[in-house]
Amino acid sequence: MEPIIVFENVHFNYPGDEKESLHGIDLSVTRGSFVAVLGQNGSGKSTLAKHMNAILVPNEGRVLVDGIDTADESSVLDVRRRVGMVFQNPDNQIVANVVEDDVAFAPENLGVEPKEIRRRVNAALRLVGMYEHRMHAPHLLSGGQKQRVAIAGVIAMEPEIIVLDEPTAMLDPQGRREVVDTAFSLCRGKGMTVVLITHHMEECIDADRVLILSEGRLTADGRPEEIFADKALLEREGLEQPETARLLRELREAGMKFPGEALKIDDCANRIAQALQAEERSRSSWQKSSPKS
Amino acid sequence: MAEIITEKLSHVYSAGTPFESTALHDVSISIPQGQFAAVIGHTGSGKSTFIQHLNALLQPTEGRVLLDGQDINKDKYTRRDVKRKVGLVFQYPEYQLFEETVYKDIAFGPSNMKLGKEEIDERVREAAAFTGVSEELFERSPLELSGGQKRRIAIAGVIAMRPEVLILDEPTAGLDPAGCAQIFENIRCYREKSGATVLIVSHSMDDVARLAERIIVFDRGAVVMDGTPAAVFSRAKELMEIGLSVPKAAELAVALRDCGVGLPEGIFTHERLLAALLQVREGRKC
Repeated sequence: MEPIIVFENVHFNYPGDEKESLHGIDLSVTRGSFVAVLGQNGSGKSTLAKHMNAILVPNEGRVLVDGIDTADESSVLDVRRRVGMVFQNPDNQIVANVVEDDVAFAPENLGVEPKEIRRRVNAALRLVGMYEHRMHAPHLLSGGQKQRVAIAGVIAMEPEIIVLDEPTAMLDPQGRREVVDTAFSLCRGKGMTVVLITHHMEECIDADRVLILSEGRLTADGRPEEIFADKALLEREGLEQPETARLLRELREAGMKFPGEALKIDDCANRIAQALQAEERSRSSWQKSSPKS
Repeated sequence: MAEIITEKLSHVYSAGTPFESTALHDVSISIPQGQFAAVIGHTGSGKSTFIQHLNALLQPTEGRVLLDGQDINKDKYTRRDVKRKVGLVFQYPEYQLFEETVYKDIAFGPSNMKLGKEEIDERVREAAAFTGVSEELFERSPLELSGGQKRRIAIAGVIAMRPEVLILDEPTAGLDPAGCAQIFENIRCYREKSGATVLIVSHSMDDVARLAERIIVFDRGAVVMDGTPAAVFSRAKELMEIGLSVPKAAELAVALRDCGVGLPEGIFTHERLLAALLQVREGRKC
């Protein structure tokens, strides 16, 4: 399990702010994994994200990206080539008047050969499902489509890591699904490391790992099943337990038995249906055998 | 307090150009005084176009909008009257804060209504209380506060005009769950105390299910469903087919029925789902 991003005791405060925004973060992200970060507004999530590609550097401690110290000014470009960022507002991230020009912007600036740019732009647009729209004007696209163009623009740099800072906050449910599905396909299909910052717990349930940040500290770190089953932890962090986890917990409290957790709607429904059938089977076999006894 | 009626409301953008598109088609709806209604629909369904007609920001291409029986686009009403009676909070209203202090920002609306100083002061404090904006923040610059605080200040600025109809376009977008819950609570509280009609556009189906008395569903410029949360969310499958999300409990109920669990219709809250499942379990025991 090779780490690709490492935080070592990272402290950070914004100039003029007395309070630290990051308060001693230790973190190691495995290459090729999908990590989701939850936390309330003001918990330091965006500050954490900005340390991953040297937009911000620690006041104390250090951040290593693929072994490179982000505080080393001569390597800033090397860090940024490895880590692509996608932000909340798609309108602030699109610079060109045509979709494919926008996607080509970063590789052009990196001095990539025109032929290679063409290949990358096409590949990136296909990957996010926007190839058909390559000649469109970005401002006429939906929010989800714009955000996928922004992601394509990042992919065209061929980074190893993609950090998405609340990419779905301004989108409707459909746009949200498009963007999250795209993020997962980059990780599962292309082996990219993905860090997704979000308020929506249902976007995290397929992640390899969920982190919770609170007042600049990491307060939880585990598999989604572990994190979302922990009612006390979620309450403490101002998060609601997802409906699936809550239902299984309360049915358990009423005496039903389920193996493990099931966070997805379909899995959860299956578990419950099976448990109900199992109870019925055990009862009918008990009724059949009881007259003899 | 006010009732809003739309009669065969249609709106066509860029009429007569190659970009002509019909955003609203024949929408006839009546929202009685004091009702808490939610408008849902995916991007491009016409819901924002619809609410912008309700305070005369947009003019109908065809049809009428009536406020207490009077056409809001006719002489009897001036634009100013309409905008005072019908307060509209846009998406991301915090981007519209501009004054030097929180107090001045909230006071901006009432100040333009030529009210006395004391009246303005009373309204600012009242609106701040409704939205949970602490008076300690009054002399701070709104621009240096957190996103959730800014949002509540912007909403206070509209509430300070004491609108009879309060319309909010996705008031919780981008906030964390605690921030969302707080905004919904503020709105509920304002409506309860003022008796205002409230119309809210939202994607947070779980909150809508909990708070609204009525849900109006837009799809491709028309109203496709209109009823109580129970009635609308019992058609969860149809809603999902037109690309909308439904409360998680309703989605689970659909999935459970697909797995052969015999649940009754009209389940859209966690409490009902849990109760129905326990009942199924009891039923099978007998």
